[in-house]
Amino acid sequence: MTDVKHQIPDDLLMGYAAGALPEAFDLVVATHVSLSDDVRARLESFEAVGGAMLNEVECAELAEDSFEATLARITGMEMPETRPTPPSGGIFPGPLRDAVGGDLDAVKWRSVGMGVKQCVLQSSKDASVRLLSIPAGQAMPMHSHHGTEMTLVLQGAYADEDDRFARGDIEVADEDVHHTPVAEAGQDCICLVATDAPLKFDGLLPRIAQPFVGI
Amino acid sequence: MTSAAQDDAQWVAKVTAIAASQDQAAFADLFRHFAPKVKAFLIKSGADVSLAEECMQDVMATLWRKAHMYDPARASVATWIFTVARNRKIDLLRKYARPEPEDLPWGPEAAPDQAEVIALQQDSARLAEALKNLPEKQRVLIERAYFGDLTHSEIAAETGLPLGTIKSRIRLALDRLRHSMT
Repeated sequence: MTDVKHQIPDDLLMGYAAGALPEAFDLVVATHVSLSDDVRARLESFEAVGGAMLNEVECAELAEDSFEATLARITGMEMPETRPTPPSGGIFPGPLRDAVGGDLDAVKWRSVGMGVKQCVLQSSKDASVRLLSIPAGQAMPMHSHHGTEMTLVLQGAYADEDDRFARGDIEVADEDVHHTPVAEAGQDCICLVATDAPLKFDGLLPRIAQPFVGI
Repeated sequence: MTSAAQDDAQWVAKVTAIAASQDQAAFADLFRHFAPKVKAFLIKSGADVSLAEECMQDVMATLWRKAHMYDPARASVATWIFTVARNRKIDLLRKYARPEPEDLPWGPEAAPDQAEVIALQQDSARLAEALKNLPEKQRVLIERAYFGDLTHSEIAAETGLPLGTIKSRIRLALDRLRHSMT
């Protein structure tokens, strides 16, 4: 596994290790970790902090029949499938495949205009996560945002004024970032994007479309 | 070897015994030590006492069931239990199944190297020691982050903890796992 160039920053990775991220972000981080062993090692070292904290916590009193009740639960539990699911040969790692219900061919795209397609996977008042497909060679509509936006590239690549992002790379932008990513020629660029506030497109057409497509 | 690393080695042996031979005595020991900590963690994270008890039982039962998946070259027993408890907490308190990274290939052919396991135990013991020695204010902030008291935007990743060594160690274990499967 080659390592990705743009990795998730420490604060968000620690938030994931601690279980403090919004659900929409969890999906992006889990997918990103699946694509990089280096990020996985960073994640597991943050989890080690959680283990050390657990060791230090002051014990709570247990219910009287606690142990017996636990044994009864074990008896009632089904034994899990012990083999991980084999790689599908598709482009979606396990967590994303689970969220979509299949690989790329299972995505129910909706057009957002100018050839851009999206599929909202999950949306709540706190955050939302969607797949975006941008035609090869085309600029994404100008957009700015409130809050934090995480973009993970799954296929193709895009570049903005400062940098280039390819499969496995993650870009985290806050409200100060105002960028115009352009998808590279060759392959449509497919990204998983999570925001903890609605995305705000600056172009006229997308803004009109917003109430209808749920951006 | 420090005593903390020895403790961890003892827990690794117990989890291995549970996985290999459904050792009930080993499970009883694991329960006695960790169940009160898991319950306390859940209460600190906002569960009431009865939900925490139920969730803890579920976590402990899951440990029995998943003992064969524990990899001592990548995590201490306490770390493994923390991840199971954290996921269960999200299931129950926040009511969604947390998306988890794809499983890595594993199996008997990828049995962990003993030297790696011991090295990780020593790293874990050093991390625990460093955590104890942090200034109170910083330690409390980390505790609040891990026990679910901070939102993600409030979390500061600068922990002051020596995470570089443990990260490199886990990275090596992952490389070895990948290599043994190809």
